Amino acid sequence: MSTVASVDVLIVGGGIVGCAIAERLARAGLSVCLVERDVLGGAATAASMGHLVVLDDDAAELALSAYSCARWQALAPSLPATAEYRRNGTLWIARNVEEMAEAQRKQWRLAQAGIDSELLTAAALAEQEPALAAGLAGGLRVASDGMLYPPVAAAWLARQAAAQGAQIRCGVGVRNLVEGAVLLDDGSELRAPHIIVANGCAAPELLYGAPIRKRKGHLLITTRSAPRVRHQLVELGYMQSAHGGDGESVAFNVQPRPSGQLLLGSTRQFDDVSSTVTPRLIQRLILRAQEFLPGLATATALRAWTGFRPTTPDHRPLIGPWPARAGVWLACGHEGLGVTTALGTADLLAAQLLGLELPFDARPFAPARFAAQVSHAA
Amino acid sequence: MRELRSEVLVLGAGPAGIAAAVSAERAGARALLVDMQAEPGGQIWRGQWNKATDSTARRWLSALRASPVEGRYGLRLVDVPAPGEFVFDGADGPLRVHCERAVIAAGARERLLPFPGWTLPGVFGAGGLQVLAKNGWPVAGKRIVVAGSGPLLLAAAASLRSLGAQIVLIAEQSGWRDLAAFGSGLLGTPHKVVQAAGLWRKLIGVPYRTGSWVTQALGDNEVRSVIVRRGRQIVQLDCDALAVGYGLVPNTEIARALGCELRDGAVWVDMHQHTSVPGVYCAGEGTGIGGIDQALVQGEIAGCAAAGRAELAATAQRRRRGSERFAAHLRRHFGLRAELRSLAQDDTVLCRCENVAFGAAKACSSMRDARLQTRLGMGHCQARVCGAACEFLFGWGAATPRPPLAPAGLSCFNLSTSAENPQEPT
Amino acid sequence: MPPEISVRIDGEDVRVRGDCSVAAALRQAGYAATRLAHDGSRRAACCGMGICFECRVQIDGRERLACLTPVAAGMEIWRDA
Repeated sequence: MSTVASVDVLIVGGGIVGCAIAERLARAGLSVCLVERDVLGGAATAASMGHLVVLDDDAAELALSAYSCARWQALAPSLPATAEYRRNGTLWIARNVEEMAEAQRKQWRLAQAGIDSELLTAAALAEQEPALAAGLAGGLRVASDGMLYPPVAAAWLARQAAAQGAQIRCGVGVRNLVEGAVLLDDGSELRAPHIIVANGCAAPELLYGAPIRKRKGHLLITTRSAPRVRHQLVELGYMQSAHGGDGESVAFNVQPRPSGQLLLGSTRQFDDVSSTVTPRLIQRLILRAQEFLPGLATATALRAWTGFRPTTPDHRPLIGPWPARAGVWLACGHEGLGVTTALGTADLLAAQLLGLELPFDARPFAPARFAAQVSHAA
Repeated sequence: MRELRSEVLVLGAGPAGIAAAVSAERAGARALLVDMQAEPGGQIWRGQWNKATDSTARRWLSALRASPVEGRYGLRLVDVPAPGEFVFDGADGPLRVHCERAVIAAGARERLLPFPGWTLPGVFGAGGLQVLAKNGWPVAGKRIVVAGSGPLLLAAAASLRSLGAQIVLIAEQSGWRDLAAFGSGLLGTPHKVVQAAGLWRKLIGVPYRTGSWVTQALGDNEVRSVIVRRGRQIVQLDCDALAVGYGLVPNTEIARALGCELRDGAVWVDMHQHTSVPGVYCAGEGTGIGGIDQALVQGEIAGCAAAGRAELAATAQRRRRGSERFAAHLRRHFGLRAELRSLAQDDTVLCRCENVAFGAAKACSSMRDARLQTRLGMGHCQARVCGAACEFLFGWGAATPRPPLAPAGLSCFNLSTSAENPQEPT
Repeated sequence: MPPEISVRIDGEDVRVRGDCSVAAALRQAGYAATRLAHDGSRRAACCGMGICFECRVQIDGRERLACLTPVAAGMEIWRDA
């Protein structure tokens, strides 16, 4: 087979980022084709928690995540019920005075982006979440954060795109990226002046040298008979775990699913590319969670799984033109924040591609920041 | 966590597992036999442990009693954290077993297919109601419709009748031609003919319809009646219970979790019951549905081989071929008819755990797509029921098993040995 | 008749046969369902073999399958129905 088809924009990857971009560009009137080698939302999207959270490590991340959370909120009334969008807020938990001081700094940083939050004393924390262990110092409640069920949200975005004329092709992979076109596994060729690589951890398979490493994570979900929790509960030490060095790390991060189940995270490790569950890490994950939620001791585990976060050297995603190849754009490398920032990523990429006003500064996300690495890789 | 060590771990204490454990001990190995039921016997010998009425059961269960095999019951395998390591969960908390070799003898389950009303209390698997009744479920005086496919229907009906149930009808979906061919094929295995004749004697006077199947179960809080189709005829029958099963499917979760290769939905084994994974054997229904003779023969072979004395199973090897012929014969004559794929309506529940409708699942492209988009198979049973149904309905393959293999206490993942009870004597 | 034993089901003392499964004991005591599905419909033991998990109940504080658990004197059983 050597059929040739042509569209304005070809998107490689049907995760939540690719689907959001397809929706955005189809809405702008472009002819779009999205190609997904497996099923929609089947890789990092499926493995993720679906926590919609404003993170504030640096100004760029804050801008991207705050903008994106607002976009999800605006979209919420249109989402299907099965996407399970909730604005149940994040509760950042401080174990000691040092972390309480960090909670205060966090409150100030969030305020810079217009995000309201509320400092909680130990007593207020216990009142908000009675299942938490005694002896915690307090916390910061960010009421505007939310959660959703990512695979359904991704498929819904793809359906919205399709309703506006986009082609969504699942079960066919991209074999090769050539000048102005991709070659598919079925032997056909798809031509497009714009090719957007939004395939997460698989980006280096198409673009040699794309600065993305797999960072493995474990999650576990309980049955419905788990302790009652209202907010997404995250320890303030989480960011240290997320951005810390190359070693293994485990941080307390628990999400109450609308079903009454608890989703337990999170672990981070590089250099393990097998998808099998590592018993040692599941054990650490559970022990960590039990320190904060002692009631988990009698909970029942329903399922544990792993996934890979596409991670860049500076932990910021790659959104924008790929300097080594004209017509190629990147929208990948979102690490653990792809679900939160999918809509912001789509808007930022669309603005660059269509020459519209940028929603926020694009430079911190420009793939060109790794130009030195890219130039010899191209 | 409590710990045990064993040379040969046998997973499942039905006929295959009992034969494997007893044979492994006879061949000189230390064997540990574990089952999730409260006592050995599996489904077919349920309730025989303390009062065996079946002669084969009596022989093997006494052999087990007389053997130094260590038995642990009421424990369910929930995780295989590393090669040679098995974690079980039970009423007394988790138990970790270290072993050198393992024999999987996990048996089979019934294929349950969705149809309107199948989730009502009072609708059971055919073998399901039979084993429930063996454990005291009250059936005396109850009107029961037995339906589905395969020889198990007769055994279930006979067993329920002997406990005082009134069998309203046995509805077998296979046509009489297939059944006649199946019956005449049994002439090569005379003891099967004797068994079949025995069953029929117990069922004298019970209406038996071929080419007939249940299309709906009715009732508000419990089943009150069923609708049965036979050709163009449709009848409604009042009943207190419906026992409906569409044959057996091998339990392969453990084998898949261990990475064993499957062929045609069953665990592939060599002539010594060795799977594709070193040190892991499989015996009985897991290697393909073949009934009790195959289970016992394969159990003996697996037990000897796992003990490192495969040559001791020479006589069992000779019987192995006969049992395989019967298994192939069984598969050939109880194929399921296509009409069974259209019993479920779009709003009929397909995944009982997560309440996923047939219509929602039908819109998906694969088991994985359905899991992600609808949560089909993501609940407690982990697709044990809907997975086999989807395979028949849509041709979907099974999803990769993820730990735990069954819902388990979080303490099952705590791999440190508990201080109070560092190691139990073996 | 086999000896009867006392158990508590949903907080009520009942007498059941002592030689059966919890699933059978529940049925003998007149309880048709073991749990409610998400849509509120009633579910009960189905497969009888520890496969379908429909008969799960709380027994002495732990989630167990009624079909696999022998009933014992003094058991505290809670249904989710």
